[in-house]
Amino acid sequence: MAELIAKTALAGKKLVVAGTTLAEVDHGAVTSIAPFPGQTGAVSAALGFDFPAVNSFAEHGAAMIVWSGREQAFLIGAECPDLSGLAAVTDQSGGWVSLSLQGPLAVDALARYVPMDLRLSAFPVGQAARTPLYHMSMVLVRLAEDSFRLMLFRSMAQTAWHEIEVALKTLAARAA
Amino acid sequence: MRIPCPLCGSRDRREFYYYGSEDYLKRPSDQGSIDDLDNHLFLRDNPAGVTRDVWYHEAGCGVWMVVTRSTVTHEVLGSEPVAKQKEA
Repeated sequence: MAELIAKTALAGKKLVVAGTTLAEVDHGAVTSIAPFPGQTGAVSAALGFDFPAVNSFAEHGAAMIVWSGREQAFLIGAECPDLSGLAAVTDQSGGWVSLSLQGPLAVDALARYVPMDLRLSAFPVGQAARTPLYHMSMVLVRLAEDSFRLMLFRSMAQTAWHEIEVALKTLAARAA
Repeated sequence: MRIPCPLCGSRDRREFYYYGSEDYLKRPSDQGSIDDLDNHLFLRDNPAGVTRDVWYHEAGCGVWMVVTRSTVTHEVLGSEPVAKQKEA
């Protein structure tokens, strides 16, 4: 079969507004892993690291594993080992777009669309959350105080980008 | 209105979808009478006070849950995943 070239949703787009950077991240492979009842420990053993607890994520080298729902997580940036009999596994690579949002305006821009408390006390570094961005389902990861990773449905990549761009530019214009 | 998701914690009501009374979880046996099925599908209590409803964390983690709340004070008293009832 012909070797097909995988293209990301936004072709590596990048935007810098007042020191805050919005950029598409090429996430590589994304695999949804939902352990069968009682198999979470066996799945952790097969992966070589712990299956993430609720609302958390962990980085293992270039790979990241993010909690994405009840008894479900996304393995990002690594090939998934064979989990036959242990978990329901689906390839999600082409279904999502990953964005990084980093800088002094990041929290305020997100706060315009995300109906959850983004203060460090409520959503500390190292946490992940399922919450909408505007009307779009999202996986939100807090990498640092002012640095986030966002995963949204690929079909909504342009809309999500537009909304965040508008928020960043509005905030920057107000401050100016 | 804030609703406590058993997984995500306290979240805004707009993240949730309302399914209906907890009665929907108590499906009568297929061998039962037609009256039981009619009751299950159509007849609802309308309590002034504590009520239990099924909600779905639609824009969040996707968990189905039973939320206990008061129709008199609008107080939300708690929630638990539907899956927990199945395990019990």
